[in-house]
Amino acid sequence: MLSIKNLHASIEGKQILKGINLEVKPGEVHAIMGPNGSGKSTLASVLAGREDYTVDSGEIVFKGKDLLELAADERAKEGVFLAFQYPIEIPGVTTTNFMKTAINKVREHRGLEPLDAVSFLQLMKEKMKLVEIDQSLLSRSLNEGFSGGEKKRNEIFQMAMLEPTLAVLDETDSGLDIDALRIVSNGVNTLKNADNATIVVTHYQRLLDYIVPDFVHVLYDGKIVKSGGKDLAKELEKRGYDWVKEEADVAKA
Amino acid sequence: MSKLTKEQIDQFFISQFQSFESKLNGESKKPLHQVRRNAFEAFRENGLPVAKNEEYKYTNIAKAFGRNLNVEALAEEASEFTTDDIQKHFIPDLEAINLVFVNGQFNESLSHLQNLPEGLHIQSIKTAQNDFSDDFAQHFHQHSIEGADSFSSLNTAFTNSGAFIKIAKSAIIEKTIACYYFSDAERKDVISQPRNLVIAEQNSQANMLETYVTLGNNSSFTNAATEIVIKDDAIFDYYKLQNESAKAIHVGATLVHQLGKSVFNSSTFSFSGAVIRNNLSIAVHKEHSETNMSGLYFINNSTHVDNHTVVDHKVANCESNETYKGVLDGKSKGVFNGKIFVRQPAQKTNAFQSNRNILLSDEAEMDTKPQLEIWADDVKCSHGCTVGQLDKDQLFYLRARGLDEKTAKSMLLNAFASDVVNKIKIEALKTLVESKITERL
Repeated sequence: MLSIKNLHASIEGKQILKGINLEVKPGEVHAIMGPNGSGKSTLASVLAGREDYTVDSGEIVFKGKDLLELAADERAKEGVFLAFQYPIEIPGVTTTNFMKTAINKVREHRGLEPLDAVSFLQLMKEKMKLVEIDQSLLSRSLNEGFSGGEKKRNEIFQMAMLEPTLAVLDETDSGLDIDALRIVSNGVNTLKNADNATIVVTHYQRLLDYIVPDFVHVLYDGKIVKSGGKDLAKELEKRGYDWVKEEADVAKA
Repeated sequence: MSKLTKEQIDQFFISQFQSFESKLNGESKKPLHQVRRNAFEAFRENGLPVAKNEEYKYTNIAKAFGRNLNVEALAEEASEFTTDDIQKHFIPDLEAINLVFVNGQFNESLSHLQNLPEGLHIQSIKTAQNDFSDDFAQHFHQHSIEGADSFSSLNTAFTNSGAFIKIAKSAIIEKTIACYYFSDAERKDVISQPRNLVIAEQNSQANMLETYVTLGNNSSFTNAATEIVIKDDAIFDYYKLQNESAKAIHVGATLVHQLGKSVFNSSTFSFSGAVIRNNLSIAVHKEHSETNMSGLYFINNSTHVDNHTVVDHKVANCESNETYKGVLDGKSKGVFNGKIFVRQPAQKTNAFQSNRNILLSDEAEMDTKPQLEIWADDVKCSHGCTVGQLDKDQLFYLRARGLDEKTAKSMLLNAFASDVVNKIKIEALKTLVESKITERL
């Protein structure tokens, strides 16, 4: 489904990603872990098409299409979803209105009729339950005055609405208390099926107790330096990142 | 066509006044004419303001006038507009009492003056000055007000047949009093100087809309003035909509006097025109009054919009709120100057002001200046102004959910304008403003 080959990316002339290789198949959950500043969020942003980053070389193929050729909105329509680490506040735009526009853009792309008001509301109600989010929150300005937990639940709510084929969760666990973490994880797990895939970007192992990965990759200095199963995450939690860094530095030298 | 200098324009208006005066005959014996004469002398002393004048530093009306108007061949005051010509310019679905002005003169036959609601009186100033001589003696250009300038003097000097609008004590007028100012620029350039006096008596409620339409391809210069007196406990909503031709130069003064426990709400919307200067001046004379001012200018091409506002808090325990927002594209230029005076007796004043702007192109320009002058010591005042671009992070967030660039931008700009648009209480006007915004995007 997703194939990243030798991806190099930079921002304002500073090289961040220095040759990422990653294969993701339908039904899989991949965790990207790593110390701060290793390039985890950059990878998430590059996948979603943030224009601040320059892709210097390499390729990303998604469902047979060259993802780098597509603008952010076209990627979203193709089924890429980024759950933001820091969801943006937009005064004057309600989540409801925004989601209605987004869903119909996605449907239009898939050759479907726009949802009428009733079906849209039904869908909203169904998905709201999933992340235990209140209607009143969705009628307010997008993320404005939301708590950290509410913002993250709103991200997963949007993901549930848009039903992406590839969900990229960028440090969705940061700033979440344990209750919110359970709600968010439960939402993600419910949405999981054999046809879609999830990339979980996180610093800590805790989230992976709830969203169990098939693969764990450690990103360090812009490269994936170690890959393994879910046990790798547990080991990282116990031993920290230093030993992986040392291994990588030795290998480099 | 040669360009006129400021001195030539001043001289043009001086000779115009002399010829106007000579045709007044018996009119010139009436008290109103003394008011005209005083205003004329005030104009003659200073003439039109030029860029050296701090208040007109960014908006040179004299230059625009001199460059665009052919004063050798001006349209006559009379015009042959029929109901059919003008009707299509009325705001759709607006429940209104329509007042029509052509080239500055109140046209009673084109206006809808039959079956006026009880408590609403509308009459031409020509006759109202006799029938309501006390009101004229008390209020017509009688109170000095901060922000009134040479243009309002010029307008007063040429007062002829504007509208006198009076809302009776405790009357509630639900329909909008809609003033349509038509300039007939079909054959020649035209100058219009409409002048109105509005009196909202005690405990009354009314809402009024002013909008300007230039028909034809020649240039127009409008120098409008509307004086509004809001008496104790009255509530008055005022709307101004500007959607003018690219050859229309507009100077408009709205001069408001508020008495005790009164409420004045003003909303100004500017979408197009050549040069627009709005002077909104409010003097608050008695305690416990509330003043709300909002504005939206959404402009492109080389439209120039200048909003100068003044709130003069003369007494204690009053509140004013001001929100002006601008979206500027193309080579358009915006100016905002918000003056708030809090005089020494005006303790416990709450005055808030904000002006926020988004520039959509590299060539658009915005000059903004808050100006608070506070002599009282127990007050709450704040102001803020911003000029920036659309927020890149917000744009990316929307696009990451599948909204194309155009839809995302349009959503953000609508959201930006929404708090000003949502203040419109007249549904038909709100619909029109929203459609103008959508048209722009």
